[in-house]
Amino acid sequence: MASHYEAPIRKPLVLGDRDYHDVSVDIARPVETRANRQWWIVFTIAFVAFLWGIGCIIYTISTGIGTWGLNKTVGWAWDITNFVWWVGIGHAGTLISAVLLLFRQKWRMAINRSAEAMTIFSVVQAGLFPIIHMGRPWLGYWVLPIPNQFGSLWVNFNSPLLWDVFAISTYLSVSLVFWWTGLLPDFAMIRDRAVKPFQKKIYSLVSFGWSGRAKDWQRFEEVSLVLAGLATPLVLSVHTIVSFDFATSVIPGWHTTIFPPYFVAGAIFSGFAMVNTLLIIMRKVCGLEAYITVQHIELMNIIIMITGSIVGCAYITELFIAWYSGVEYEQYAFLNRATGPYWWAYLLMMTCNVVSPQIMWFKKIRTSIIVSFIISIVVNVGMWFERFVIIVTSLHRDYLPSSWTMFSPTYVDIGIFVGTIGFFFTLFLLYARTFPVIAQAEVKSILKSSGEKYKKLRDAGQPLYQIQKTATIREKVAEDQSLPSEGSKKEVADLLGAIGVFDAKRETPDDLKRIKGIGPQMEQTLNQIGIFTFAQVGKMTEKEYNLLDSITGSFPGRAQRDDWAGQARGLNNSK
Amino acid sequence: MYTFSNRLRIGSFILMAVGLLGIGIGFVSAPSTVAEAKALVAAHDDGHGGGHGESATHEGSDEAHGTVAMQGQDHGASHDEHLLHQLQNRPWSALYVAALFFFIIALGVLAFYAVQRAAQAGWSPMLFRVMEGITAYLVPGGIIVFVLLVLSVLHLNHLFTWMDPEVVAHDTLLQGKTGYLNTPFFLIRAAIFLGGWILYREVSRRLSLAQDEADDNSNFKKNFRWSAGFLVFYLVSESIMSWDWIMSVDPHWFSTLFGWYVFATMFVSGITAIAIISIYLKSRGYLPDVNDSHIHDLAKFMFGISIFWTYLWFAQFMLIWYANIPEEVTYFVTRIEDYKLPFFGMLALNFVFPLLMLMNSDYKRVNWFVIMTGIVILLGHYLDVFIMIMPATVGDQWAIGIPEIGAVLFFAGLFIFWVFRAFTMAPLQPKRNPYIEESRQFHY
Repeated sequence: MASHYEAPIRKPLVLGDRDYHDVSVDIARPVETRANRQWWIVFTIAFVAFLWGIGCIIYTISTGIGTWGLNKTVGWAWDITNFVWWVGIGHAGTLISAVLLLFRQKWRMAINRSAEAMTIFSVVQAGLFPIIHMGRPWLGYWVLPIPNQFGSLWVNFNSPLLWDVFAISTYLSVSLVFWWTGLLPDFAMIRDRAVKPFQKKIYSLVSFGWSGRAKDWQRFEEVSLVLAGLATPLVLSVHTIVSFDFATSVIPGWHTTIFPPYFVAGAIFSGFAMVNTLLIIMRKVCGLEAYITVQHIELMNIIIMITGSIVGCAYITELFIAWYSGVEYEQYAFLNRATGPYWWAYLLMMTCNVVSPQIMWFKKIRTSIIVSFIISIVVNVGMWFERFVIIVTSLHRDYLPSSWTMFSPTYVDIGIFVGTIGFFFTLFLLYARTFPVIAQAEVKSILKSSGEKYKKLRDAGQPLYQIQKTATIREKVAEDQSLPSEGSKKEVADLLGAIGVFDAKRETPDDLKRIKGIGPQMEQTLNQIGIFTFAQVGKMTEKEYNLLDSITGSFPGRAQRDDWAGQARGLNNSK
Repeated sequence: MYTFSNRLRIGSFILMAVGLLGIGIGFVSAPSTVAEAKALVAAHDDGHGGGHGESATHEGSDEAHGTVAMQGQDHGASHDEHLLHQLQNRPWSALYVAALFFFIIALGVLAFYAVQRAAQAGWSPMLFRVMEGITAYLVPGGIIVFVLLVLSVLHLNHLFTWMDPEVVAHDTLLQGKTGYLNTPFFLIRAAIFLGGWILYREVSRRLSLAQDEADDNSNFKKNFRWSAGFLVFYLVSESIMSWDWIMSVDPHWFSTLFGWYVFATMFVSGITAIAIISIYLKSRGYLPDVNDSHIHDLAKFMFGISIFWTYLWFAQFMLIWYANIPEEVTYFVTRIEDYKLPFFGMLALNFVFPLLMLMNSDYKRVNWFVIMTGIVILLGHYLDVFIMIMPATVGDQWAIGIPEIGAVLFFAGLFIFWVFRAFTMAPLQPKRNPYIEESRQFHY
């Protein structure tokens, strides 16, 4: 009891009357059912964008970096902006999975899986940019410290760009291991539910032979804690080193000591915004509103507000210290940011990142799904512009006024960026259909303490376990079963012949009222005919509908219109 | 209810008395003329052998060059006067460092407390009264720091060179900063910040006590709102405070990270103080429901924030060292040349020691072990504050002698007296916090 104790004023994290089986069913549903039309439409759009990006990358590599809008003054622009943006987005995943784990935040369990997936997919996008920026990516291994015989010069360990290679590859590997470790029991759950041999085979392979023994769980928990401990300094180090790429230089606007923690805060800020963007859609599409609740969105909004304020504090600190330093170059760099030709980018950054999250102070706003969604997009736009402002406005007016210039992206710059967005969503959409998108094993571990059902039982002073007595129900049904009217006997026989007879001794009747279009009266009629289960209704076709209409004589065409069979099949799968 | 044990009370009085004596000796023995100062340094060099003296003299003259060039005075005389100022600053700096250190412990606890309330933490409510007791020190500690700042403004010492109109008149950089670094504005800022922190402390304490007697959660909710609002104020005021009270002793130097770095110092010192005092009270039987898991969590914070402090220390040091821009790097050059042992020693105390000692999960539950590590962390962060202030005020004429130890003893005594007196004013365990049962049942 003690370990399940939770203060009564805490709101439930799993809504509705859900027990352990319901959790499995709800989370396996997107994997076990077929994709709908919307999924295919979105997937096609994302995939086309991805292909467009591949085209632009091929053009870049075959022609050269000259296809981008870079010039000799602005030698870094969209490439590194996109790189930092994507790496930053990745941070929320690790923060949720590792840091919130260390802080024992139970609400993370509904969102950590997707956030970690987002981390991995966005780090993949980020990694693309340094590779294609090399010009000759087939020599990419030269960034690794390998002996000179392989053709490279020994790498420059003084360069933060090299530290980046190590930081990000370590980050990617640890995140991947962490993610997959958490997936093992969930893949095993899908494996155990799988009906088709092919699916069973695949999920057996990816679940690494998870058996669910106590030993498995003990190792699982140990490894999760070790990986969380490892991932926490890693998440700090990655964006710290990304910030070193700029801050170790002597460029005004880049060389500032606040960069490391401020980049990390900004990364968490943008990462949570992206998690919100993805999950607000996903909870709707996959029907997971009971797990990713409004409270989850509210908490993420609060984190967005806090990190946004920290980032805002850093902006103001930079501005003030630039003035306070008395260094003219430093002062000009910031004056130029705010009032120079890129003032609009600076204004966009300030309003999106500092002003817009502040509206989350109002509870009405941070619990509004639509406003949360809009703000999450706004924040991601703002964070893209933050990197653009830092990079381009610090470069475009250098120490020599004769080389001052502007940057304008070419269609290739834009195409590659759009391509990475397409690639990201392609991966995420595939993930959403094939992976358990919520860490169901972890959610089950908090169900007793934080599930609405158990909270209510506890508040009412009732035991948390109750044994279902199904046997009595069966007999009652058998008594209720009465023969339909004389005139339609043959039709009833035809109908039951096609959809199967209900065996009251072996099967339990379903609540047919859950099918849209069937009310209590219609259910009674169906029961009189001998239709008791979703399986029976699910087998109905045009012919059976017509038979039914002629037997009942009421509401002709109703069953077709509401697609009873389709609904019943869905309900039957999730039984 | 806690009763202030006589032994502890007398102990705190002895600490204050001995401390006052040390502070007095520091002021009396400070030189008042150039000749005295020279004699003092000569005696000091004799005592300690040549090596240190040589490098010190060299560095001292280097630093004096700047003043000489600006003021166009005779080299030797300027150097001697500079020496006199440094030696006269020493008792003041010793006092200021100790006053600041104990004040930021209380401020760090206040921030930690507000975070616990705003985050609706379930494990910590059992410790709220301990935290509230420590933050009671904000009032006397804040007043003393404020008085010291006023005395600096009144030119009783030369801790802040930018307050000296003579210096500003010959310094273009400082002239550019007068819009911000001027004494009225400086004191107004200090008053606003101290007022804000103390206001939140008093309001939150009152609501916390009222919640125990209430029959609904309205006080608790109000406290939550106040805490969230305070954290916003704190985010801004803490940064500016660190620029004003600490960074501006080196008025030419600047670092955007400085405010957050000082935050890490005060946060880890504050959490350490909570852990040490909780363990003490528990050992006297006053916190029966505080279990090893609570101590474990505090020790985890000591461990984690120590690493966080190191992260910020490294970020600031590495970026300035790497870029090697003269205006910025001079800060670390002075410290490495004149303060090599405390500068790197502090890293061992603040990073290596807690890292190794508190890495093991079981050790975090061994109470005496946490106390020993906590004392090391507090020593390390005293040194940290010492190294933030001293190089600018006394230069190479630093030592940890009677004035420094006396000041620490005095403020330690005052801190103990005030904090434990605050414990006697209310029950040490809250009753009606909605999360109190979670905290009581808390198990790692």
